[in-house]
Amino acid sequence: MKYKSQKVAYWFFALSMLLFVLQLVYGFIMGFAHAGFDGLHEIIPFNTAKAVHLNLLVVWLLSGFMGAAYYIIPEEAQIELVSVKLAYVQLVALALVGVAAIIGFHFNIWEGRKFLEIPRFLDFFVVIDVLLFLYIILMTLYKGKRKTTTALVLSMGLFFAALLYLPGMLPFDSQVTDSFFRWWVVHLWVEGVWELIMGGILSFLLIKLTGVDREVIEKWLYVIVGLTFLSGVLGTGHHYYYIGVNKIWLIVGGIFSALEPLAFLAMALFAVNMYRKGEKKHPNKLALYWTLGAAIVSFVGAGLLGFAHTLPQTNLYTHGTLVTAMHGHLAFWGAYAMIVLAIISYSLPNMTGRKLYDTGRGRMAFWFSNVGMIGMTVAFGVAGVAQVYMERIMKIEFMEVQKLIEVHFIILILCATLFTTGILMYIADFIKHGRPTDEALVKE
Amino acid sequence: MLSKKQARAFFLGGTVVTFLIFIGLTIFSLSKDVDQTNHENITPAVVRGKDLWDHNNCMGCHTLLGEGGYYAPELTKVIDRRGKGYIKAALMSKVPWQPNGRKMVAYGFTNEEADDLIEFFDWIDDIDLNGFGEVVGVDRKISPLAKDKN
Repeated sequence: MKYKSQKVAYWFFALSMLLFVLQLVYGFIMGFAHAGFDGLHEIIPFNTAKAVHLNLLVVWLLSGFMGAAYYIIPEEAQIELVSVKLAYVQLVALALVGVAAIIGFHFNIWEGRKFLEIPRFLDFFVVIDVLLFLYIILMTLYKGKRKTTTALVLSMGLFFAALLYLPGMLPFDSQVTDSFFRWWVVHLWVEGVWELIMGGILSFLLIKLTGVDREVIEKWLYVIVGLTFLSGVLGTGHHYYYIGVNKIWLIVGGIFSALEPLAFLAMALFAVNMYRKGEKKHPNKLALYWTLGAAIVSFVGAGLLGFAHTLPQTNLYTHGTLVTAMHGHLAFWGAYAMIVLAIISYSLPNMTGRKLYDTGRGRMAFWFSNVGMIGMTVAFGVAGVAQVYMERIMKIEFMEVQKLIEVHFIILILCATLFTTGILMYIADFIKHGRPTDEALVKE
Repeated sequence: MLSKKQARAFFLGGTVVTFLIFIGLTIFSLSKDVDQTNHENITPAVVRGKDLWDHNNCMGCHTLLGEGGYYAPELTKVIDRRGKGYIKAALMSKVPWQPNGRKMVAYGFTNEEADDLIEFFDWIDDIDLNGFGEVVGVDRKISPLAKDKN
């Protein structure tokens, strides 16, 4: 750690971990309900569990991204954050809005718009909070001694993520238009600007961990985010095939979303090659695991599994089935959860001064969570494909099919248990690091 | 070999061009000429139905236009499949509706609310979904008479 104000990142990461665990609890509630055990239905019905599970994911990832920005920007700009106090205010506000939304979901206060269930009046608080965050980051960058590509890409990602929240706040009478603009937010986030954030964090980590020249890494960063946007923006069309808009999206969405795996492949190759090229071997092995893991698993989860059902001919049958959940889980895990865990693994020893670079528990956390998540993905995939054939092709009634695929959710729960064990080990390591301290400052 | 400047130009150029095309296509596909949703049929009842749909997070379990929770049945073409009477009973039920054991929240909607939701589903059913409507359409193996049960 080179700047005192970087310490604020620790608390964003701590909030992330807390919400992450809570997200898993609600995941289990849904898994059990799918397997036929819905004992909590009266208190936490499925739609509540679902909304909480999705929104906690979004909030803990955002908290992780914000923490990452607070850690990375001072180091890149070579200056302290303009205001640490405001950063704490912003953290508390984020936590309060998140908690208020989650509580509301238990009392039927929400909007039934997947991923954007937060009711409109709370949306305004989200906007204010994010503006405050952007003010701190952009002012720091503006006053900073240098403006690196890594910092610019990361800040651009955060800025456009905020901007793209707005189309989701527009009210529409038509379900079709509503859905259309909902994807402007959700798709352009996860397959667009969030990848800028991911790319920025990845580039920062690779510079630190491999010692490869910044110019080389940042050049490829441009190429990768370029490929992402080239395919991802028009790739939004794959959400527009069958929701009641023109057939032109079948062609546009089909072609461009088929190109999306290329961006992820480029990212994976980039990360692995930089690692091979690097002469400096940073002792923080766990951070390296998570960094390379994020690049590779995002290619499999977001790239390959996305491609598996993105062509219009396939999607006609898989649209609206558990096949989507299969892709969604490994994609979010690989691309976003793992990159947040990577920056935490890298920054935690630097902020606390405890160099737990390569613990047995840390390695187990990595393998348990990854193997568990891959198992969950397979379980979702088998259930989804079975559902598609029985429900969509053989035209067997929905609930009859659900009964037949219940067994796959038992497997899902077992794999989720392995996954959760890994995450709890990760958090145990997090706690073992202790609190951030100024004694961990390193002068260059 | 590619320079950093060229890489940046590729990124900025590609982004601007694809985004402009995207906005163009958005304007095109929301224009009246290519409307597939029978927009003029969105009555106040349909809008009230959509509000109920939103404010009870029905999408948290069901799917509609293929989007939602994957826990409860797709509701596009539900009127064709089940008939209005069945849907109304499920919506107005004071105890959890549970065909085959999976429970739905007991919303206990009023008669008017149930009618609004059915109007909403009715409007959804007539949207041209580029073939998806047929995939989730009438399930003749289970109930060949469903349509006449209204």
